[in-house]
Amino acid sequence: MLKFSKINILITTLLSIIVIFFTISNFTEFEDEFVNKKINLGLDLQGGSYLLLKIDNDPVIVKELQNKAISLKNVLKENNISIFNIRVTDDKKILFSINKKDADKLNQLFNDKNSIVNPYFDQFKSFQFEIANQEGNFEIFFSKYGLIQLKTSSLDQAIEIVRRRVDEVGTNEPNILKRGNDRILVELPGLDDPMRIKNLLGKTANLSFRFVTQTDEETFGAEELEFEDGSEVVKVSKRIIVSGENLIDAQPRMDNQTNETVVTFDFDRVGAKRFGRATTKGIGKRLAIVLDGKIISAPVIQEAIVAGSGQISGGFTFQSATDLALLLRSGALPAPLEIIEERTVGPGLGQDSIKSGLSALLIGFILVITFMLIKYRIFGIIANVTLILNLFFLVGILTLFEATLTLPGIAGIILTVGMAVDANVLIFERIKEEIKNEKNQIIAFDAGYNKSRNAVLDANITTLIAAIILFFLGSGPIKGFAVTLGIGIFTTLFSVYFIARLFTSIYVIRNKNKEQLI
Amino acid sequence: MIKNLNFNKYYKLFNIISVVLVILSLISILFKGLNYGVDFKGGTLIELRINDNQTTISNLRSAFNNMNLGDVAIKNFGNDNDYLIKFVKKDRDKNLIQNIKKDLQSNIGPVFEFRRVESVGPKVSAELLNKGLIAIAASLGAMLFYIWIRFEWQFSLGAIIALFHDVILTIGIFSLFNIEINLSIVAALLTIVGYSMNDTVVIFDRVRENLKKHISIKIFELTNISINETLSRTIITSATTLLALLSIFIFGGEILKGFSLAMILGVIFGTYSSIYIANPTLVYLKVSYKTVVKEEK
Repeated sequence: MLKFSKINILITTLLSIIVIFFTISNFTEFEDEFVNKKINLGLDLQGGSYLLLKIDNDPVIVKELQNKAISLKNVLKENNISIFNIRVTDDKKILFSINKKDADKLNQLFNDKNSIVNPYFDQFKSFQFEIANQEGNFEIFFSKYGLIQLKTSSLDQAIEIVRRRVDEVGTNEPNILKRGNDRILVELPGLDDPMRIKNLLGKTANLSFRFVTQTDEETFGAEELEFEDGSEVVKVSKRIIVSGENLIDAQPRMDNQTNETVVTFDFDRVGAKRFGRATTKGIGKRLAIVLDGKIISAPVIQEAIVAGSGQISGGFTFQSATDLALLLRSGALPAPLEIIEERTVGPGLGQDSIKSGLSALLIGFILVITFMLIKYRIFGIIANVTLILNLFFLVGILTLFEATLTLPGIAGIILTVGMAVDANVLIFERIKEEIKNEKNQIIAFDAGYNKSRNAVLDANITTLIAAIILFFLGSGPIKGFAVTLGIGIFTTLFSVYFIARLFTSIYVIRNKNKEQLI
Repeated sequence: MIKNLNFNKYYKLFNIISVVLVILSLISILFKGLNYGVDFKGGTLIELRINDNQTTISNLRSAFNNMNLGDVAIKNFGNDNDYLIKFVKKDRDKNLIQNIKKDLQSNIGPVFEFRRVESVGPKVSAELLNKGLIAIAASLGAMLFYIWIRFEWQFSLGAIIALFHDVILTIGIFSLFNIEINLSIVAALLTIVGYSMNDTVVIFDRVRENLKKHISIKIFELTNISINETLSRTIITSATTLLALLSIFIFGGEILKGFSLAMILGVIFGTYSSIYIANPTLVYLKVSYKTVVKEEK
């Protein structure tokens, strides 16, 4: 165990230089991107906001079922099947009945892999819908994979919109990730008051232009809607003239005539045409601008607007106009988002955490190396040099992978300092025992290394198991702890077996004739 | 260093003490319960710093009690100017934090800053608790599996009893003294599991080696010899680990206090249980030379 080949020494030295370089690179700037790596600070250290959003897919599912019901009616009609009593129920099913003689035909229609009414997903080996038949009464509902597919696509859309909104606010390097099949994680480094983002993400931003009506005789029906400021309740037709989908731009502006802050918008071609037609026909009527079920304003149409642009006024402040314009530009979310977890750390606390974490590291480190020095003298020095290099390795590897350092992560490094000496202690103690029975120092050292190896590996593997489980089941800052603890085990084993052993062997071989080396 | 202590003389005594402590811990956990933080209970936590000397904790109390937030717990956090405010509000209003800021400003003036806000919904907290329990169970299971591969079943049983002992006592103390259980405590518990196992395995390695070496010595004596042979390592490693943990506890700031306390307790229990739980189990199970050799055939 005390022999080292030249190549071995060379590789160890090279690796050491590389990691020491990356450790130092945290404190310097390089031109080159590959070497200019830094450890990322977690939100708990640099301050920032962590938001976990849950998408409420129920409205999407209902809407999808309603569309399906309409297309189903048409398809069945084409196939000469009479359909009765079709409706979408609260428990997310389409119910309808048909004549008994048509049942086979319908089943065939539904179980055809090229069916239009019931698409077949090859990757899941499943249809979008399942159909249940009870005496001519049929139930159609989403299959397991149909639901997954729907949720995935709604999540994909939502994440896109969230990204646009967050990007528009212009925070520093936001991190937006999917979590499971109905959650979105938003990390906003450096943001200590997430109020504005929360407001922006809390709005679906479904915009529609609809006529205010007095009668109930509208073909599409009508509903009573409240103004956003609560000033008035008016009846609004359910027929949507133009929706937010047809907007291509929206900006906050100052209206020169009224000195009021307004939001101007531009329609795409389809939107402009529809808007022009409606305003031509509807001069004198009130046009309600409805956002998420609330009326922002309902001006009387003075003249036909055919240019495809317009403005919304509604007693905005500049901030609220800016936010509305941003929402309109970024588009509507497919479904409402709810914030189910929020963690915000102010920059002051982050700074304090870094300070206290580093001082705990420094003091813990000094305590441990002093202890080792007193206990083992010359071998204490070896263990301590190994420990220092071990720290360089740990920090260097974290830098190389640009890992995220959290406060518990710093605790993991400190714990590594405390536990890393264990391997050397196990070896040194074993050597001491071996020396009692073995005159030849070199053989005794060799035996000490050999016989302690099982214990060292066992001891480290058990900690590694805990770290791995923590990594997979822990969240946020705790993951940081698992990462430093886990990497710490590898760097410890490396530094003990490649560096400490090298120093030990050099020392022992030089002093092999001395009494009581350890 | 220290020569031949008779640890085995006290196996029975300490086993009885341990059983009593475990029972007391379980009683406390079952009847007194655990003080779950917002991670596991849901609700909102605000770390508040006051920047003047006039505002007192009772000012804060009355200000918060007027906000209609339900039960609000307010306590000092680390120093006189920092407070931790916790409440569970059922209906979740997305402007909650903003409104609290406004109300507080009109009540005590703009003399405060929110240093940290954590708000966890009921679904997420239930999941986090679930995940935490799974993590602890998984780590115990993984340790069991590992030691089952590495050693004979008698050793596995001893190590696992020791693990449960350490984890239960640590949680028991947290329950008894009403210390908050949050995500970082779960991390500490997992690390304790790792540490306790590590400590036990090192002694067990030696027991197994000695079983083959000294065939005629009875296990009762043999465990004592093995404990003594590994004792300096046990002491030094516990000492350096405790030094590092004490450093976190004292200098690492308020947020890491609970974590480092749990770890300190765990290291103490882990060291104790390796000697007084894991090893006596081998004695009770009448482990002998045959146990180890049979397995290796």
